[in-house]
Amino acid sequence: MEKRIYLDYAATTPVDPKVKKAMLPYLSQKFGNTMSLHSFGQEARETLEESRKTVADLIKAKAKEIIFTSSATESNNLALKGIALANREKSRHIIISPIEHPCIMESAKFLETQGFEITRLKVDKYGLVDPGDVKKAINPIRKSSISNGARKNTILVSIMHANNEIGTIEPIEEIGKIIKESNIQHPESRIYFHTDAAQSFGKIPIDVNKMNIDLLSASSHKLYGPKGAACLFIREGVKITPILHGGGHEGGLRSSTVNVPAIVGFAEAARICEREMRREAEKLTKLRDKLIKGVLEKIDGSHLNGHPKKRLPNNANFWFEFVEGESMVIQLDLLGVASSTGSACSSAKLEPSHVLLAIGLKPQEAHGSLRLTLGRWTKESEIRYLLKVLPEVIKKLRKISPFKKHE
Amino acid sequence: MNKIGLYTKKVIEHFKNPHNMGRMKNPDGIGKVGNIICGDVMWLYIKVGKDKKGREIIKNIKFETFGCVAALATSSVITDLAKGKTIEEALKINRNDVVKSLGGLPPIKLHCSVLAADALTEAIYDYLSKNKREIPKELRETRQRIEKEKKEIEERYKEWIKIEEEMHKK
Repeated sequence: MEKRIYLDYAATTPVDPKVKKAMLPYLSQKFGNTMSLHSFGQEARETLEESRKTVADLIKAKAKEIIFTSSATESNNLALKGIALANREKSRHIIISPIEHPCIMESAKFLETQGFEITRLKVDKYGLVDPGDVKKAINPIRKSSISNGARKNTILVSIMHANNEIGTIEPIEEIGKIIKESNIQHPESRIYFHTDAAQSFGKIPIDVNKMNIDLLSASSHKLYGPKGAACLFIREGVKITPILHGGGHEGGLRSSTVNVPAIVGFAEAARICEREMRREAEKLTKLRDKLIKGVLEKIDGSHLNGHPKKRLPNNANFWFEFVEGESMVIQLDLLGVASSTGSACSSAKLEPSHVLLAIGLKPQEAHGSLRLTLGRWTKESEIRYLLKVLPEVIKKLRKISPFKKHE
Repeated sequence: MNKIGLYTKKVIEHFKNPHNMGRMKNPDGIGKVGNIICGDVMWLYIKVGKDKKGREIIKNIKFETFGCVAALATSSVITDLAKGKTIEEALKINRNDVVKSLGGLPPIKLHCSVLAADALTEAIYDYLSKNKREIPKELRETRQRIEKEKKEIEERYKEWIKIEEEMHKK
């Protein structure tokens, strides 16, 4: 295969060469265990704390409010289960959106089996959560709790910052404000606000104070860092129960020998993002809009999924009438383009994406979805190539399909 | 390298250049299987003729499919397997023949081979019943299974769509 174009940056990203360079000394030379007392260990410890500060800076947090984990999945599990378990005697109601990543959806489902009550809000056709719905979902339960005891108090609201499939950016600041107001009115019944920022961290600005976020998850491999490093921001004073018990690493909240090389890479990646974010977002937004415009103009029966403006700079997601997603992905792969789909045929469950169904797509429409996500090294010529080959792919597959227009 | 991603080279060959693809005018029998909600729909058309010995054979066969790579490849390969065969021989083609001809399928895609074999069965049944022929016992049994599975899938998805709708109402 000659041409290889990667348009699946939302799945994972290549490690930036600068990140790789920063990591290398920590593999064989500065390899110490952060818990060791000798100089090797202390050197590693120092690096770990510097990395913590760098990652914290990107979201305007304090260094001590960041703990490192291995993945966004782990961070999200720890946030949900950690808050739930720490407060289970007081409150047992959790609110999530219906378009969360499976690690949130499944953690919530698990907590349901453990006596927690989960409210899954709805989203509009763009995938947006209505902050008013959050307000409604927390209020009545609070009132009834006064007479019913505290068991049904809302303890946690977890709404993702930006969706991994359709790229829609949620009104996190407004939701944060609603929760803050509620907490001011009812200080005896504190609600925590968590957001999964795996897709937005490093791509669009985040200020945990301005947005009133209590917990936030992010992952290194989505921002040109290595796999195996991620973080959870936990606001100072917020108590969570750990899932991994052991040697007491990361303030006792996440025992495990610290993966210093990966964390150094994560921090370097965050540093680059902080510097480049504005420029990169501008460049990608331009390319994304060119791609969206091109696809909708060139291909009949094509539709954009997600919000036209309130979306990640690097995300484009469509559905095409009469074609199936996996076939599109493989046709494109044969032509050198890497993409992704929410079709059932690409998943082990043989059910289409819950995100696409939640925004109101019918299963047969969700089967025809295609996600294209751009990144740091996406060139305009690559978008031009895609706009040349995609219409041909769709045309070919429609020719095979029994469902055609005007028949 | 014998595989490209999940699939064998053979699957990809059929997927890239499907054989006997397209709609047939005035077919003698049509088999329509699959469910758009599940994401795989296969339509198989047959034209029946006679060979030199006067036996009825599948003279021509074409397909139209909406579905994944495996659905398209199994559709294509079953037309190869059935073309020129007598009705009797064609009815003996089963899912294993389909899988074997493709050099294997990933486990979660094996149901596509069932779909292809079912489409052929349905097309032959359509031809026989249209011409008021006697339906062989085995064919009748296969059809009962196909009908039953069809209903099960419909039920399952009715249930599932109801849950989705309720979620939207909330």
